[in-house]
Amino acid sequence: MALKRAKADAVIVGLGWAGSLMANELTQAGLNVVAIERGAWRDTSSDFPTTVDTDELRFATRRALMQPPAVETLTFRNTSDQTALPLRDWNTYQFGIGVGGAGTHWNGMTWRFLPNDFQTYTNTVERYGKSKFLEGMQVQDWGVTYADLEPFYDKFERLAGTSGRAGNIQGKIQEGGNPFEGPRNRDYPLPPLERTRVATIFDKAARELGYHPFPVPAGNTSGAYVNPLGVHMAPCTYCGYCEFFGCGNWSKSSPQACIMPALMQRKNFSVITESEVLRVNLAEDRKTATGVTFVDHDNNEWEQPADIVVISAYQMDNVRLMLLSGIGKPYNRETGEGVVGRNYAYQTISGASIFFENERLNPFIGAGALAQAIDDFNSDNFDHSNHDFIGGGVALVHSTNGRPIGLSNGVPPGTPRWGSEWKKAYQHAYQNYNSIYVMGNSYPHRDVYLDLDPEYKDRFGRPLLRVTFDWIENDKRSAKFMADKSEELGHAMGAKTVVRSEPTTRPFSPMDNLSSHTTGGAIIGDDPKTSALNRYLQSWDVHNTFVVGASAFANNGGYNPTGTVGATTLWAAEAIKSQYLKSPGPLVRI
Amino acid sequence: MVLMAAGIAVAKARVIFGGMPWFKDPVVLPEPVVADGWKFFTAQEVAAVEAIADRLIPSDELSIGGKEAGCALFIDRQLSGDYGRAATQYRLGEFKPGTPSQGPQIKDTPAERYRAALKSLDDHCKQNFSGKPFNALSPEQQDGLLKQLEAGALALGRVDSKAFFNLVLQNVREGFFADPIYGGNKDMAGWKMLGFPGAQYDFRDVIGRQGEDLKIIPISLISRKS
Repeated sequence: MALKRAKADAVIVGLGWAGSLMANELTQAGLNVVAIERGAWRDTSSDFPTTVDTDELRFATRRALMQPPAVETLTFRNTSDQTALPLRDWNTYQFGIGVGGAGTHWNGMTWRFLPNDFQTYTNTVERYGKSKFLEGMQVQDWGVTYADLEPFYDKFERLAGTSGRAGNIQGKIQEGGNPFEGPRNRDYPLPPLERTRVATIFDKAARELGYHPFPVPAGNTSGAYVNPLGVHMAPCTYCGYCEFFGCGNWSKSSPQACIMPALMQRKNFSVITESEVLRVNLAEDRKTATGVTFVDHDNNEWEQPADIVVISAYQMDNVRLMLLSGIGKPYNRETGEGVVGRNYAYQTISGASIFFENERLNPFIGAGALAQAIDDFNSDNFDHSNHDFIGGGVALVHSTNGRPIGLSNGVPPGTPRWGSEWKKAYQHAYQNYNSIYVMGNSYPHRDVYLDLDPEYKDRFGRPLLRVTFDWIENDKRSAKFMADKSEELGHAMGAKTVVRSEPTTRPFSPMDNLSSHTTGGAIIGDDPKTSALNRYLQSWDVHNTFVVGASAFANNGGYNPTGTVGATTLWAAEAIKSQYLKSPGPLVRI
Repeated sequence: MVLMAAGIAVAKARVIFGGMPWFKDPVVLPEPVVADGWKFFTAQEVAAVEAIADRLIPSDELSIGGKEAGCALFIDRQLSGDYGRAATQYRLGEFKPGTPSQGPQIKDTPAERYRAALKSLDDHCKQNFSGKPFNALSPEQQDGLLKQLEAGALALGRVDSKAFFNLVLQNVREGFFADPIYGGNKDMAGWKMLGFPGAQYDFRDVIGRQGEDLKIIPISLISRKS
């Protein structure tokens, strides 16, 4: 028999970006909120101070801040006719653990998705006809638009202290920003980060090709900043210890740096750490949740009753927890019915490695989101009439780090991997190597989905989540196009050697470490037959359960997901505060 | 039940409320590795690993080699700790061979793989090179064997030789480039070879000097620990 805690107004499962933003909003509205976090309490000065943080082996190679596969992993297969096997060692998926979640160790690229990304179905049919979708694609509109989310993107950028340059303020194009972005009400709270040598070279080359380069919006502070909660952030020092690391300098947008100092002062908030939620408990009629059951650090089982349940773990874990709790009908690939696990999407990666002859790039000067990009070939920013695919991606150069273990394969093709020849090549390439990196749109497909694995279990004996994924034909075509563009950019930058990167030409493997950006599986939409959640991220079936995070994305944009995780979470929080609390029940009636 | 005014109720669920927690065990630097004997390797294994490290990263005009840099000491300490035990890996359920996309399905831990593979390698050498173990071979002979391992062309008993080569190459690179606090990268030789400044945390003063040789003297975590 489980121990029972006092009832809360709302329980929040997972205290990363989505969970802490939601907790902040609901406690401000006066609710008594309890968060349950699988990992430990984590803060800047106690867990990653600058005197401990600058350690590549510990944090990047051995991934000390991340959730180990031993705690929970996924099983993986490329196609439905294969048997999935567990991912046993570190791989491309980067789940956070501990207070702050993946918001502690991320790089900080803080994008708004493009207006077209939310309405790709409608726009594509209008512009190119339905036949533009290749066989099996399940593209559908989100049920929310960019215009709906704009105020919430703005709110997130203010809370996070985002550095960038606007490209479109209220319809007026701004020089030096991204002219393709959706109209924004006002500029970023901080100006862009300074540029590195490689960003300068890219900017000039892209301009000469007629493209529109701009600084990537960064969750790394270009100056001192105080956010609307009164939390102070310090200027980024360009140390190059961002991805996989916590920021020891209060300079990276993260729950620790932006939300927790204010949230923890509130009497109506508490967090239970080192405790894992096993399931959401449902009432007998299965139309409402009664709370959650969790196991604490001492292996005691507890019940936390609550009027509202917010599932805000990582995208994969949100889907898994819904499946384990029986919330929503699981997706069935054979019948096409069911919604939980449907419309899983990834990030279509391509690009080019570039090697200069005689540069001095000083790669150790960088920041997680210090990058220069072009958006000329993202989403529907260019005419697809003469292309046999939809979407595209952002292309960028990234000054993120000069860490020597991780970079040691960054040598020109044909170089041996060891011996004096490798040493000589690596020493030269260290100052001369970078790459054009393309994050491409990823669209849902019938054959790409998430479900529970029939064989492999976690440490509590619950089924692991099974990923069935391979590049779809649209990915392959768009990546080929983007790899061509990347080669063009590399040559225009004056690189001596340009090596095309087109991983979509071989089966996808999570061991390739291409991107950690996974989306979907519990998506929002207008139709309960094709979406697990309504437009307010509320379960169609269990109305007091809201599922926030990238799991809600109906498709992936050609960008990092976090900005849109923030905006959709704040949008859902507003709906809870302004509508649900007054009249608990489904916010959308069909 | 212990209750702090602003703190942690430890006797029941680990609940944190009413302000930031008063106390917790702060994260500290790793204990610096001191060369006071071997914790995992036998003397013969040390000889083999030092010989391999010195071929993968040879001593030349650019830097000292993997042996002098302390790569074997680094790997010894890694294998005797969590890494050697595969503490972070998922080890439940049946280990079955899969497709290349599905990643390694290796039941042995890194420590077990080193133990078995180094023995098989020495056995192979003794059989084929008049009783000599790997470390007693000429550099040319050693390079030839390493190339065979790299290509998966040399059988090492039950150990996947290609996967073992990749493991050793990764660990030797780690030993050459990780902070010296872990036992390798002697005098920051790996960092000096590349011009990597190590554990520096602030480049605001130099980011504007694009394309310049900044001649930053590297620092290590270990210099911060008195």
